[in-house]
Amino acid sequence: MAMITFKINRYNPDDEKRGHFVQEYQIDVPKGYTLLDCLNDIKWKLDGTLTYRRSCRSGICGSCAMTINGVNNLACETQVLGLNCSTVTVEPLRGYPVVKDLAVSLDPIVRGLLAVKPYLMTKTPPPTDQERLQSPEEREKLDGLYECILCGSCTSSCPSFWADKEYIGPHALLKAYRFVADSRDECPGEHLEPIDDKHGLWRCHTIFNCVEACPKDLNPTKAIAELKKELIRGKLG
Amino acid sequence: MTLKDPEAIHDVEGVGIHSVHRHDVVIIGAGLAGMRAAVEASGEFDVAVISKVFPTRSHSGGAQGGIAASLANEEEDHWEWHMFDTIKGSDYLGDQDAIEILVKEAPTVVREFEHFGCPFSRTPEGRIAQRKFGGHTKDFGKGGPVLRACYAVDRTGHALLHTLYEICIRNEVRFYSEFQAMSLIVRDGVCRGVVAWDIVNGGMHVFHAKTVMFGTGGYGKVFKITSNAMANTGDGLSLVLKAGLPLEDMEFVQFHPTGLYLQGILVSEAVRGEGGYLINGKGERFMEKYAPSKMELAPRDLVSRSIQTEINEGRGINGEAYVHVDIRHLGEEKIMKQLPQIHELAWKFMHIDCIKEPIPIQPTGHYSMGGIPTNIDGEVLFDGKNTPVKGFYAAGECACVSVHGGNRLGTNSLLEASLFGRRCGKSIIRFLRENRDWPELPADSAKGALDEVEWLLNTDGTEKVGEIRDDLQVLMTNKCGIFRDRATLEELTGDLKKLEERYENIKIDDKSEKFNSDLLEASELGHMIEFCELIVAGALSREESRGAHSRTDFPKRDDEKWLKHTLAWKKGEEIRFDYKPVTITRFQPQERKY
Ligand SMILES: Cc1cc2nc3c(=O)[nH]c(=O)nc-3n(C[C@H](O)[C@H](O)[C@H](O)COP(=O)(O)OP(=O)(O)OC[C@H]3O[C@@H](n4cnc5c(N)ncnc54)[C@H](O)[C@@H]3O)c2cc1C
Ligand code: SF4
Ligand code: FES
Repeated sequence: MAMITFKINRYNPDDEKRGHFVQEYQIDVPKGYTLLDCLNDIKWKLDGTLTYRRSCRSGICGSCAMTINGVNNLACETQVLGLNCSTVTVEPLRGYPVVKDLAVSLDPIVRGLLAVKPYLMTKTPPPTDQERLQSPEEREKLDGLYECILCGSCTSSCPSFWADKEYIGPHALLKAYRFVADSRDECPGEHLEPIDDKHGLWRCHTIFNCVEACPKDLNPTKAIAELKKELIRGKLG
Repeated sequence: MTLKDPEAIHDVEGVGIHSVHRHDVVIIGAGLAGMRAAVEASGEFDVAVISKVFPTRSHSGGAQGGIAASLANEEEDHWEWHMFDTIKGSDYLGDQDAIEILVKEAPTVVREFEHFGCPFSRTPEGRIAQRKFGGHTKDFGKGGPVLRACYAVDRTGHALLHTLYEICIRNEVRFYSEFQAMSLIVRDGVCRGVVAWDIVNGGMHVFHAKTVMFGTGGYGKVFKITSNAMANTGDGLSLVLKAGLPLEDMEFVQFHPTGLYLQGILVSEAVRGEGGYLINGKGERFMEKYAPSKMELAPRDLVSRSIQTEINEGRGINGEAYVHVDIRHLGEEKIMKQLPQIHELAWKFMHIDCIKEPIPIQPTGHYSMGGIPTNIDGEVLFDGKNTPVKGFYAAGECACVSVHGGNRLGTNSLLEASLFGRRCGKSIIRFLRENRDWPELPADSAKGALDEVEWLLNTDGTEKVGEIRDDLQVLMTNKCGIFRDRATLEELTGDLKKLEERYENIKIDDKSEKFNSDLLEASELGHMIEFCELIVAGALSREESRGAHSRTDFPKRDDEKWLKHTLAWKKGEEIRFDYKPVTITRFQPQERKY
């Protein structure tokens, strides 16, 4: 148990005059408490107006990504005492418009995603009463790609996205590669074509922030490098 | 009054609200049930999906272990075996016509997921990989556990959910993401739409529809220790009750044997499927006493009761309210390959390295077998004679068709949600081909929802929502949990009345319209208290022990009196019951032994 001060960035859209401000809350934090547990305690006991997204509490739904002591992470997976500091700053993911307090607009995330035609595309009809075959080795190529929980941490941490709000973002490129890399997808060009653009793949300057930011230990930069190879191969071949 | 002046925003329809939308099909819920229905119906009709969380954040994504289908990819299996297991698992309360559909169509539904692009794990031959799961056996229970659960590592729900979202995008399904349904419009036996609150921007929206489908999921959040997401507050159930419709078998609630101690977060049954042991404070593999042949892989109700008995009788670890699940003997390689997410969960939420240490667990509120009564085509029924409400469908955890009866087998609910979601889609198509006209939208459609929001924003009491909810969760866990008896349930009935009175006297802090989660949590609490009364009343009236419903004062199953489904309505303060027979086709009830 330790008394921790939370400095939380707040913003109420109905109070434009006040704009963004920092509010402090202090609570006793028991061992094992995650940041989400703390936010819930604050909301339910001290201040019901504090606003943030959450659902699964177990790091799989992607709702609770925020910037914690300057680093993007999931609130529900952050052990507060594990941060080893008596003051914790909590801010909304940067780069996205803030809707209220720690909740940001999901529109940029969805827009980027839609751009890459994020679904399996095939020409051959699937076999009847059978699955398509895929060897374990082929399937392994999807590991590190299909696990994305669309939390938005990566794109939020990307300086290229800060500079160009039309950049579709590493989360969308990771998704594109998830299909390009899938042995069953017969139309990789359909996913590649929309990202061969100055607001697409070529906006990435390999800064690696997204890799640091991803709470699921995924590697969008690597996916982007693979996509670049695919595009160049396509152009040459 | 904080709401916009209703006079000023009269819509074309003459209803005082923000706006009116029209869609052939309006689906509430973007879990497997809702989105699978959307995929089915979207080829031909205009489909909208409303969800209070962004679609891929629905709770289906939290499912880890697998989805059942007798594909026989890894070893011999038959739908008849799957059928027997499901019926026996249900403690003979499952309807066998529905179960037969479930097990026969399962392979098709799972293979379709593969065709949609789901990244299932694979066998060396490149087929969908399958693993063991509790209660799923060979040869009508006579053989050992069977490899039937199709999986994508231990992120099966995530893989299935994202796949469906992707196909919905492909099919241009219209999403109303972060809209919370507040009421259901049913008049004269005809469903006409729903009313929902725009969470991000504030404002009430009326959705006028020819068909409405509910895939609103479970309500684990009424328990203190639960595996469920915070969004799982069972809103759909209370909306149905308020529309004057009944709920079925609400007394049947599954407690999963292995929740992380104090957190409730699920340690998937896959840990036992892959060979994990349950160990008590004396170092014993105690399942030997309770299910000598199936051991840790006995069905959930039995394993949960066994753990709770060990705890109650002082054989928890250090006498405390938990036991251990131990997977150390599986070795690092197998743990990291087959159970990486479990390893991560134990580490992130408890700081335990399960390669080196056992994981402390306790039973956790997990799944609701009961729900909105439907027939095998997903049509919602409004009486004991199986009369459907016109244009209203439900599937998934919020529905009760009933394939799980008194107890659900693991991996059968992702299957049920997807399969009956798909069937809803198909029957919606049939309905819409025959019914081209719009049902009339009553002018006062949004009144109930508007009144509720107005009241919540303006009520100036002294009680805090968080405190009442906490009391509700503790009371439900302690008094209507794994073991139940009359005296405690009667007490709880009184307790709930008091909570209801306290709820009348709440006050919320946030009075704004935009992203007001304070408001929405308060509304959800109202829903929870409402249908908890039915759970408790059902548990009190069912004087037997069957499946997950375990009455210490009536420890035996009583087929003569209770081989039937409960239907319950709420009329004001009063709860009315009716019953309907269980459909039995192939397998006569037997004593359930493992
Ligand atoms: C941790 C965990 C692990 C599990 N593992 C397995 C497993 O391995 N295999 C298996 O078969 N089953 C498993 N289950 C059970 C299974 O995941 C669920 O029963 C199933 O996913 C339910 O799907 P659904 O579509 O009915 O509901 P959900 O996926 O819960 O979706 C409900 C939807 O309804 C929406 N909603 C609810 N109320 C409203 C409202 N008022 N307004 C608007 N939208 C609303 C939500 O936003 C959400 O989109 C598991 C459950 C848990 C808790
Ligand atoms: S790649 Fe990682 S950080 Fe980016 S959206 Fe997916 S899970 Fe989040
Ligand atoms: S609440 Fe789901 S990821 Fe944190």
